[in-house]
Amino acid sequence: MRKLGARILAGPYMIWMLVFTIIPLLLILYNAFTNTGGQFTLGNVAAIADPVNAGPLWLSLKMSVAVTGICLILAFPLALILRQISSDKNSFIVMIFILPMWMNFMLRTLAWRLILLNNGFLNQALNIMDMDPIYLMNTKTAVILGTAYDYFPFMVLPIYNALVKIDRDVIQAAQDLGAGDWVILGRIILPLSIPGIVSGITMVLVPSMSEFVIASMLGGGKVYMIGNVIEQAFNSGYADTHLGCGLSLSLMGLIIISMIAYYFFDRGGEGSALW
Amino acid sequence: MVEGEKQRRREAIGVKRRFLALMMTTVMVSANLLTACGGPSREGDGRERIVVFNYGDYIDVDLIAQFEEETGIQVAYEEFLTPEAMYTKYKNGTVDYDLICCSDYMLDKMIQEEEVVPVDFGKMEYADNIGDTYWELSRSFDPDNQYSIPYYWGTVGILYNTEMVASAPDSWTDLWDPQYKNQIIMQDSVRDSFIPALVQLGYSINTTDREELRQAQKLLLDQKKLVQSYLVDEARDDMANEQAAMAVIYSGEASLGMEYNEDLDFVVPKEGSDIWMDSWVIPKGGKNYQGALKFLDFLCREDVAMQNFEYVYYSTPNEAVLDQIEEEEKEEEPAIFPPEDVIRRCEIFRYLGEDMEEFYNHMWKELKAYQN
Amino acid sequence: MVKKKIRGVFSRCYLGLILIILYLPILMLIIASVNASPRNKAIWQGFSLQGYVDLFENETIRQALITTLLLAAGAGLIATVLGTMVCIGMMGMRKRTRAAIMGVTNIPLLNADIVTGIALMLLFSRFVELSFWTMLVAHVTLIIPYVTLSVQPKAAQLNMSAYEAAIDLGATFPYAVWKVVLPELMPGILTGFLLAFTMSLDDFSVTYFTKAPGIHTMSTMINAEYRRGIQTEIYALSTLVFLIVLLALFLMNRRSRTAQREGE
Repeated sequence: MRKLGARILAGPYMIWMLVFTIIPLLLILYNAFTNTGGQFTLGNVAAIADPVNAGPLWLSLKMSVAVTGICLILAFPLALILRQISSDKNSFIVMIFILPMWMNFMLRTLAWRLILLNNGFLNQALNIMDMDPIYLMNTKTAVILGTAYDYFPFMVLPIYNALVKIDRDVIQAAQDLGAGDWVILGRIILPLSIPGIVSGITMVLVPSMSEFVIASMLGGGKVYMIGNVIEQAFNSGYADTHLGCGLSLSLMGLIIISMIAYYFFDRGGEGSALW
Repeated sequence: MVEGEKQRRREAIGVKRRFLALMMTTVMVSANLLTACGGPSREGDGRERIVVFNYGDYIDVDLIAQFEEETGIQVAYEEFLTPEAMYTKYKNGTVDYDLICCSDYMLDKMIQEEEVVPVDFGKMEYADNIGDTYWELSRSFDPDNQYSIPYYWGTVGILYNTEMVASAPDSWTDLWDPQYKNQIIMQDSVRDSFIPALVQLGYSINTTDREELRQAQKLLLDQKKLVQSYLVDEARDDMANEQAAMAVIYSGEASLGMEYNEDLDFVVPKEGSDIWMDSWVIPKGGKNYQGALKFLDFLCREDVAMQNFEYVYYSTPNEAVLDQIEEEEKEEEPAIFPPEDVIRRCEIFRYLGEDMEEFYNHMWKELKAYQN
Repeated sequence: MVKKKIRGVFSRCYLGLILIILYLPILMLIIASVNASPRNKAIWQGFSLQGYVDLFENETIRQALITTLLLAAGAGLIATVLGTMVCIGMMGMRKRTRAAIMGVTNIPLLNADIVTGIALMLLFSRFVELSFWTMLVAHVTLIIPYVTLSVQPKAAQLNMSAYEAAIDLGATFPYAVWKVVLPELMPGILTGFLLAFTMSLDDFSVTYFTKAPGIHTMSTMINAEYRRGIQTEIYALSTLVFLIVLLALFLMNRRSRTAQREGE
């Protein structure tokens, strides 16, 4: 049984995942369904329907969809072009587009402040061009821009990886049979890149939905998202661990539901090729 | 320094060996970290340690190093943004704090809940440096002056940019003036945010009348479309950087802002305001009571208090420091040395009990979630 | 052919545009690092390198940098070892068990970071005091899926016969793994480590909830600094980080080109 020896190697990992992933989630579950006195309650989970929580949740949904949309629209053509020019050379050019990811997340957000401040780069540039200033700082737009910038590489990479896997011969064959560019794009490239798009959407939608730092750094306390509500539930005056856990659980549920929905597009088997 | 060297070296090495180099660096710096922080764990190398919890940017950090050198006690220094955040983190119990600095009403709450232990003033040499006036002021939350030592105090008012306002504001109602749309910064903290609304309506900032609070909330909701941002500590820099025309702000922060930008001026509105006191307490879960006392005594010592005052630049209750400051300087800085009549129209926050706290929170959450 | 040319021009313009958007904020940070203005970095007030001088004297930043690198390297290493082990282990498992393990692996990935952070905070607050080690555990938990997901495809493609042949020829199990299996997995392992390292460097949410008192990572330090007004040192640091990463990328590129040429 020479394969048996290998199995034991999975042991430490499984223990790790049990102790640090599953048990903590069970703690959330437990807290979500109990009150401070330890009695069972549905109130914490149901609290998501309370306008003070549902409002921010709805805002987060809208904003994360906007962020994901912007990333997708910008990333797909980029990935297409990168596929064209990178394949025969090397991945250097791709790396150039991923590079900002290695700058600290806080710094990237900070940089946007410098651009968007009332007397920041944007308005100075507009001023030089003799145009009216636009005040984007502390608005939803600022938060959307900052978030999209932060997560952009996470959209580019999976799509690019899916695109480079497409066999050039298939495209060649289509061209030989007289298919135009748009047909090739619509009938071959797009369907074959769906797994990449799905992972890209996952990688961007999930974190941008629960974001709270960017909202407070670029939103000036005016853009109040579900991430902020949850963070405040643990760190502020109306701190309530049980409520926070209930809301976290609702957020998880929402993410899982959307993932299941996406899963139906992603049944192609080895789909979730993130990288 | 060393880090730059290391990184330069790391680039020079080839790609494959980068990982090896990284591991080496790891081992090297881990030795560094373990000695530098007295070990990540308390047991570490048996060195004495205190955990101090304070507002952000509220001490001259050089003094912490000085204290460590003088006493050999390591200070794990941690900061929070609002009293509410402090209380939650404290209650979470993930960290056992030895010393906490916080504001009047939160200390009121902690003292009432018996979360703090009395300060052994007998073991302190310099506690007498704190003036009688401030012990008296402290009585509103610490009736027997048993548990707390005053640190800094001040008022809440409006910091405004003289170049950006049509006329100098003198009333809280100026924050509701539509001509300043997107030019107003409000406080992002539960109790403080209600001051402008409650006071202009003529109500006490310690009101427990829910109807009065609802009226105040209504005002704040209406105001939201005019507000540029809700900030706490960032307000000072945004004002200094001319991002807004007016900000609701603590007097100490205002005086710093005025130092950064000479167009700024500060006013405590005529209707009155909040007078606050930030004091140190020793929470009951602390592990090093003696160390905490030493730190408190250190802070009260004249030279230390002076250096700290020059850095923090808030109103100090330390008479030894106050005696050294010229009368003229005090008159030039009404923000940190407020005149008598300003103090007289101000009120100090009280803790209002759990029910009211919850009600406040709910009102506040509604304000935060409100979209217009 | 004209059509192709137009497309080429369009492609180039598009690449240029995206590059500008991506690098403009970084350019802002670089400009801010040499801006003599003490507070408002949006307004140019002359050239100064003072930020760089101060950077090397700033103990807080040095400590935060060390902690960040330690966490990223340590957590990356632990995650890589555990993740690689499980991928080798999974090769001998039934499909269903494998699916279960991969399912659990996906949890931290699909969970919002904030939920992962809160979950770990709840665990720690019950049983231990927060310290550097709890932060390390939290980071490993956050980044471990990236390793597993990078190594697993390589493990699935692995040609078992080479390994079986080695065993048949009398190699012990560890020897066969070391000599036959690991080299095959190496590209996946390296990608995994690099990803894990990056994710750890970049993390804010999980660190924020599991942070020990007095210990800062770059992210939490910048978050705290930002409230009191960012010092020029931070901008100087970000410029240095950027230049180092850029240089590393160029070096890597040159090396792989040389390697290619030698291979030909």
